[in-house]
Amino acid sequence: MVNIDQLIGTAKQIRRDIVTMTSAAQSGHPGGSLSAADILVVLYFEIMNIDPSQPLLTSRDRFILSKGHASPVMYATLARRGFFSPDEFKDFRQLNSRLQGHVHIITPGVDMSAGSLGQGLSFALGTALAGKLDTSPYRVYAMVGDGECDEGQIWEAAMAASFYNANNLTLFVDRNRIQNDRFTDQVMDLEPLADKWKAFGWKVFETDGHDINSIINTVKEAQKEEKQPQVIIAHTIKGKGVSFMENNPDFHGKAANKEQLVEALKELE
Amino acid sequence: MTNMESTREAFGKALVELGRENKDIVVLGGDLNKSTMAIMFGNEFPERFFDVGAAEQNMLSMAAGFAAAGKIPICTTFAVFGTGRAFDQIRVGIAQSKLNVNLVCTHAGLLTAEDGISAQSLEDLALMCSLPPMTVLTPSDGPETVSALKAAIATPGPVYMRLYRPATLVMHESGSHFKLGTIEILQNGSDVTLIGCGPLLESVLNAAEILKEQGISAEVLNVSTLKPLDEATLVKSITKTNAVVTAEEHYIHGGLGSMVASSLARNYPAPQEFIAMHQYAESGPAKPLLEKYGLSSNGIVEAAKKVISRKK
Repeated sequence: MVNIDQLIGTAKQIRRDIVTMTSAAQSGHPGGSLSAADILVVLYFEIMNIDPSQPLLTSRDRFILSKGHASPVMYATLARRGFFSPDEFKDFRQLNSRLQGHVHIITPGVDMSAGSLGQGLSFALGTALAGKLDTSPYRVYAMVGDGECDEGQIWEAAMAASFYNANNLTLFVDRNRIQNDRFTDQVMDLEPLADKWKAFGWKVFETDGHDINSIINTVKEAQKEEKQPQVIIAHTIKGKGVSFMENNPDFHGKAANKEQLVEALKELE
Repeated sequence: MTNMESTREAFGKALVELGRENKDIVVLGGDLNKSTMAIMFGNEFPERFFDVGAAEQNMLSMAAGFAAAGKIPICTTFAVFGTGRAFDQIRVGIAQSKLNVNLVCTHAGLLTAEDGISAQSLEDLALMCSLPPMTVLTPSDGPETVSALKAAIATPGPVYMRLYRPATLVMHESGSHFKLGTIEILQNGSDVTLIGCGPLLESVLNAAEILKEQGISAEVLNVSTLKPLDEATLVKSITKTNAVVTAEEHYIHGGLGSMVASSLARNYPAPQEFIAMHQYAESGPAKPLLEKYGLSSNGIVEAAKKVISRKK
């Protein structure tokens, strides 16, 4: 039986971790970390077959964070799931740390180095096809940002994934509608996004990316697909959970200052 | 009688053999499989062969994903596309993660001749040598290609291997001497060291013959591992000759000449002349093209005399 309240509590904890570690480093990307938090909580605490004490187990499910700048949500989730101690958060973006600015394979539980947009879906596809070759039951989950879909390589991978029937691959698009500079429809309009994925041969799902129940049900539904790769367009709010960060492009790549941190943590109690 | 063999054909055959021995090998290609000869593997092991179409970025990142899952991916395409089009994917996804991806590119250097400058790869060595964990292999002939491929597969980190379109002079026995990270001394000499890699080695050997007739003794080195460079053998040779000519089908900056100069500057400074490209070339048949841009035996002979005259 899924304990939704517990997952909601974990998501809040992870959001507190995100704003705290970025604020301490006075750098990093809180906005797109906060938007993705509920999805990562569902994957790591409910869906994925993983063992934090054996992060490299061959049979494990994988999660590929292609939007590598959202490293705070990755580190917070992995630490709260037991891959390493939350004590390491203070080392985020500091010298001699395992918690690099963008996700790097040296961190226990991080399956791919990212930071240059557009590469993770291809990587996830390679890992998914390797699993099929070995008839290994593992599944590969990946996440791209919506702004990241500007990258041509995403669509190279999209074409290849359906061509190779990678039905063990489930992709989340974190549809928070904001990219580095501005709103996505001002920079490069992505719509009709669902139709694009459909046209590339994917089974398309949409969900509220902050409704834990809905995310769980959507993933489980997606996993039933026997041929096509699946994409879940998760409608999210950039900066979700911190009022002054929500829907605010300024907090894509800017950390809270001391006063803002106090306010943010109060909202995330 | 001289025996010619194309490095890419040797590569294709070796792939099949290695694929039979090692089930973890997967091969990726980008709609150039008949040219790179990767198709030979594809025909034999269709389930382990992935043609991703003309999409090199996807190919290299997919290979990283295969490697992370324990496979031994071999990416195949032309040198201009494999190193240029997908450079960022190699840099972030493969080199920075030190993943076991082998990138084997054919049609390197100037010898895609008639196809013109977009297809002539004068920058691939510079690009690949700029990546700290990358091993860069430049086998000179068919047998060396086979040995280098085996070594690449046995090497845990990323490897770039540079092959060529035309047949090249076979200088080695099969199952040869090749040892990764070692410079091969093809000929001993005392007045000047001539260093080559790839198909230009034939011209280097011819140049050494011409010089011999003129009373000049040339030592000839084959650099089939460009990175990491075998500095010990290099320095030992230059300590003897005190003059060096490098010859490569590549832009003057960032390739064999640069690697040798950088090593000598740190270890044993000596006058050096560079046989290399100084500009983009043009379409044309291979031989006249090489002649026009000075990548020829005559060019090497002149460079050797010049560098000897610069000795103190």
